[in-house]
Amino acid sequence: MLLQQLVNGLMLGSTYSLIAIGYALIFGVLGLVHLAHGEVFMMGALIGLQIVLWLHAGPAVALVGALLGTAALGVVIELTAFRPIRARNGPIFAPMVSTIGVGLILQEVATKAFGGEQVGFPHRLEPVTWRLGPVTISSVQVLILGTALVLMLALHLWVTRTRMGMAMRASAESTLTARLLGISTDRVILVTFAVASALAGAAGVLVGLSFNAISPFMGIDMGVKGLAIMLLGGLGNIYGAMVGGLLLGAIEVLSVAYLASSYRDAFVFAVMILILLFRPQGLFGVGQVR
Amino acid sequence: MIDSYWESVLIFLAINTVLALSLYLPISAGQLSLGHGGFMAIGAYVSVICTTWLGWPLVAGLAGGGLAAGLAGAVVGFPALRIKGIYLIILTMGFGEIVRIFFLNFEPTGQASGIGGIKHLTTLPLVTLVAALMLLCLARFRHARIGRALRAVQEDEVAAEAMGVDLTRVKVGAFALGALGAGIGGGLYAHHALFIDPAQFGFFRSAEIFLIVVLGGLGSYWGPVVGAAVVTLLPELLRFVQDWRMTVFGTLLILCAVLRPAGLLSGRRRAAA
Repeated sequence: MLLQQLVNGLMLGSTYSLIAIGYALIFGVLGLVHLAHGEVFMMGALIGLQIVLWLHAGPAVALVGALLGTAALGVVIELTAFRPIRARNGPIFAPMVSTIGVGLILQEVATKAFGGEQVGFPHRLEPVTWRLGPVTISSVQVLILGTALVLMLALHLWVTRTRMGMAMRASAESTLTARLLGISTDRVILVTFAVASALAGAAGVLVGLSFNAISPFMGIDMGVKGLAIMLLGGLGNIYGAMVGGLLLGAIEVLSVAYLASSYRDAFVFAVMILILLFRPQGLFGVGQVR
Repeated sequence: MIDSYWESVLIFLAINTVLALSLYLPISAGQLSLGHGGFMAIGAYVSVICTTWLGWPLVAGLAGGGLAAGLAGAVVGFPALRIKGIYLIILTMGFGEIVRIFFLNFEPTGQASGIGGIKHLTTLPLVTLVAALMLLCLARFRHARIGRALRAVQEDEVAAEAMGVDLTRVKVGAFALGALGAGIGGGLYAHHALFIDPAQFGFFRSAEIFLIVVLGGLGSYWGPVVGAAVVTLLPELLRFVQDWRMTVFGTLLILCAVLRPAGLLSGRRRAAA
């Protein structure tokens, strides 16, 4: 029973991780909060759904389509809502205004294009279930956990092994120094937005597959939660975000199983606030609070 | 005379002004908060309980709602002493969510279906009076000891403390007073909307109040007034674009942020670079 809950928690948590990593990447490089990141996640789910509905493709094609679509969306958001403000040296809260604007636009565009109701993926994707001792795992769960882990591994390799990934880490350390060392920080930021948004888009497809509840407003809760997880893992720390997401998924599922289920989200935020009070730098953060 | 439609819009404008002014206070002490929807919810629910169930007059209900929200604000304000910036934004956001989820599950207040049948007690003169009083208080504050202390804390906490500013009192006080104002705003809102449910006080409400303040600009206490006017009236004036009005509104928000990053009324002093 406990083991089963943990498996479910990890599955849910892996989608949280993908979103929180996106926040962490963007915060790491810019030190800013992107309040429309939840809407990017929502667009990923809707793009994936449309691909399945119109092209009759499988979840893999939907995933790739959503990755590409949201990456492009992320680039557009950086160019319209962040870069012009950076160019004018705006205060940290100015991008919060512009991204609230972006979120409103995306919600309305999604409502107009795809309707306001909750929809799910067609049931052609019949899940197969396997029993491993006391634990039951469905093929959808394997797909979700597998995809999330592969994406996180890819991200880890990108950040540590490629020139662009290293340039991103350098920019996160200090944009000014990175620029002095000949790194085109504007390009790095653009790539960071593309990667962060693609991860959110993938999470959208995965959540759509597991809960069958896709709507233009699904991004609000997820955006708020992802932000909390990013903070939990330590601001701008992508590995913290990975672990934080898995941890919160597990906490959430366990609190449903053993405590009052209707308070699950409240419980998650209470844990976050408690951790903030005792370890303001986050669970895996090091050094000073900025 | 103005017709009832515009009267209603003006009441919402005044309520938004009250909410924005109440958030302006903690923000002017450097405490960015995205949880004002939570304080507003507390004020709305408590005041409705006072007027509808206990039969108190509106003013007493507002006082009750404001005090309840102010108490919650003092409790949240203490942790806010230790953390700031992005951390505080996310902490307050978590608080707002907890309040919403609480009311979503609390049986006496109707859970998700909320409370209906609230008497229409909020009138235009009353909200205007409340907004004007708050504006007057802020204007008096600005040049008083407390206002100078607030600005000192916003500029540099360590220096302010070294100068003898009691950091705990100023910061927790600003936060609690802000919450009190939001509670009163919530009470006024409930007695005009006539129906409240937890969904009305979610993240979006908090973001809207935050938006009003930041859009108006932090340089002066007229900023929240201008912000409230823009955020309330613009969607009404954009009715001619009908189905796309949030898109147009969103685009205008982006333009505002890009063209006037420090707010529409950005003062001589840039707030927090």
